[in-house]
Amino acid sequence: MDNAEGQVILKVESTSKRFGGLLAVDKVSFHVEKGELLGIIGPNGSGKTTLVNLITGFVRPDSGKVFFRGSDITGKKPYHIAELGMARTFQMVKPFYQLPAFKNLIIPLYSPRVKKLRGGKYGERDDVAIDLLEEVGFERDSFVPYKVASSLPHGYLKRLELARCLALRSDLLILDELFSGMSMSEVASTLPIIERLNGEGLSIIMVEHRLRELFRAADRVITLNFGRKIADGSPQEVMESETVKAAYLGTEAEG
Amino acid sequence: MTVRYRKERLDRGIKARCEDMFALSSYREMLYLLLPRVLPVVALLTFPLLKGVVGLYWEKVLVITCAIGLLALSWDLMASVGLVSLGQALFFGAGAYLTGFLNNSLGWPCFLTIPCGTVGGALFCTFLLLPVLRLRGVYFAIVTLTLPLLLTRFIEASKILGGNQGLSALSPLPNIWFEIYVPVLAVLVCLFGFRRLINEDYGLVLQGIRDNDLAVMSGAINIYKFKAQAVFIGGVAGAFAGAFMTHYYQFVGMPAFALDYSILPLTCAVLGGVGAFAGPTLGAFILVPLSEALRAFGTLRVVFYSAILIICIVGLPEGIFHYIQRKYHQFERMVEVG
Repeated sequence: MDNAEGQVILKVESTSKRFGGLLAVDKVSFHVEKGELLGIIGPNGSGKTTLVNLITGFVRPDSGKVFFRGSDITGKKPYHIAELGMARTFQMVKPFYQLPAFKNLIIPLYSPRVKKLRGGKYGERDDVAIDLLEEVGFERDSFVPYKVASSLPHGYLKRLELARCLALRSDLLILDELFSGMSMSEVASTLPIIERLNGEGLSIIMVEHRLRELFRAADRVITLNFGRKIADGSPQEVMESETVKAAYLGTEAEG
Repeated sequence: MTVRYRKERLDRGIKARCEDMFALSSYREMLYLLLPRVLPVVALLTFPLLKGVVGLYWEKVLVITCAIGLLALSWDLMASVGLVSLGQALFFGAGAYLTGFLNNSLGWPCFLTIPCGTVGGALFCTFLLLPVLRLRGVYFAIVTLTLPLLLTRFIEASKILGGNQGLSALSPLPNIWFEIYVPVLAVLVCLFGFRRLINEDYGLVLQGIRDNDLAVMSGAINIYKFKAQAVFIGGVAGAFAGAFMTHYYQFVGMPAFALDYSILPLTCAVLGGVGAFAGPTLGAFILVPLSEALRAFGTLRVVFYSAILIICIVGLPEGIFHYIQRKYHQFERMVEVG
């Protein structure tokens, strides 16, 4: 928002996705500007994660288009979209449980995108990985980056997801409920990392249930309910919107 | 008062260890690391020299063991990307038939046919499996199980490549040393090569695909490319076994696609232990000679064979290799209690 150029990095044009009888995403359109932090909120089952999957290519939309940095990425494979510079975390953490935490990052670091950006040989990537983990709060002094992923608490695994995205050096970061399952102190230490990344010019989409933290960080918030976009505006506007309140609290009005 | 004892287990091993670097401080530690690696290599390389002592029969068993060992290694490499195959016979047969064809129809010598059969066979199988690489688990297994059967019937019905007669009178291997040492060396190269490969960053990606392919995809990595490469690398090992055995038997026929070549490598891998390459190799070096040794029992051979197999798998579900490895890294001593 405060970006002077106001370039659009991601543009979603009336995408829809139907799963059997359920219209999970219904003609949703929105855009993300360069350097913007966009929040997506909505009650459970309102289609937030499906929307993320549509953007990142894990699910193919039934209709509509997705443009990333001006090019059409609708229906492209997830690894292709990631290579263009869009990274995402998973709501359900997906670490490689048998590997040490820092070895988890070798996989994105080995991708063609990162090789091109950063180079690196066998062994050198380990140092990069450990630096990245330190950045998201893995204490190097107590050897947390060396611990096997299966032995780490949930909050660390969530931040491992974040580090895996950072490893890609992407232009757009999509965080799918990063804070769910994190303790208050973990949220308190992770939020500044995200704010700093955003301050450095990284565009971020945050799907979140922790509204207080989201409203603090976001430049703009959109709200989904039953797959439809019901609000789009500054955190202040969305917070005060009657339709959003109705969607969350379930009064007589319905979307 | 009676003194009671309890068994205590301690991890042995070298503490100052950082990834691939070992801080070696004594000959003892060096031996500790080298022995389990060098001993099998030395044993394998000297066994052919003892052919006067052990007899030519067991040297032939060694060659067959190596062929099955190669198939088991190729199975394990594919399994390390999450592709569980029930059809290593596909690789064996493709390598075997291509070699046989090149020798029979074009008259190429075995120095040309074996490398061409190996690479060509592996390429053929990779292209054949390309459309099904997106399948996982049992779905992929079923496809690989049917492909060799399909190719057998195709050859039989279309009468190409000798039909159900096969191609015979192929040129023999140059000499006995070549016959024995080439498969032994191939097993060693594949064993140590694959172990090296899987510990590289490249191998880490392969393991990542096995554990969680969605996460690898979100890491901007084309998983199908890596799966195809793994199938090709595994296929080279399998097709080499086929290519070599074609010249060894001087014959190639429909038995090259036999179910034995699919099931036996899998059994070796399960018996020896999946996932470290040494396990399946060890499994092959137990199962194939065991099968030969039990010939004395005549018709009861399969009964004894199966019984031993069941006991091993029930008793050591992690695999013989993993068990030995664990024990090797542990002290056991009796300590007083009470």
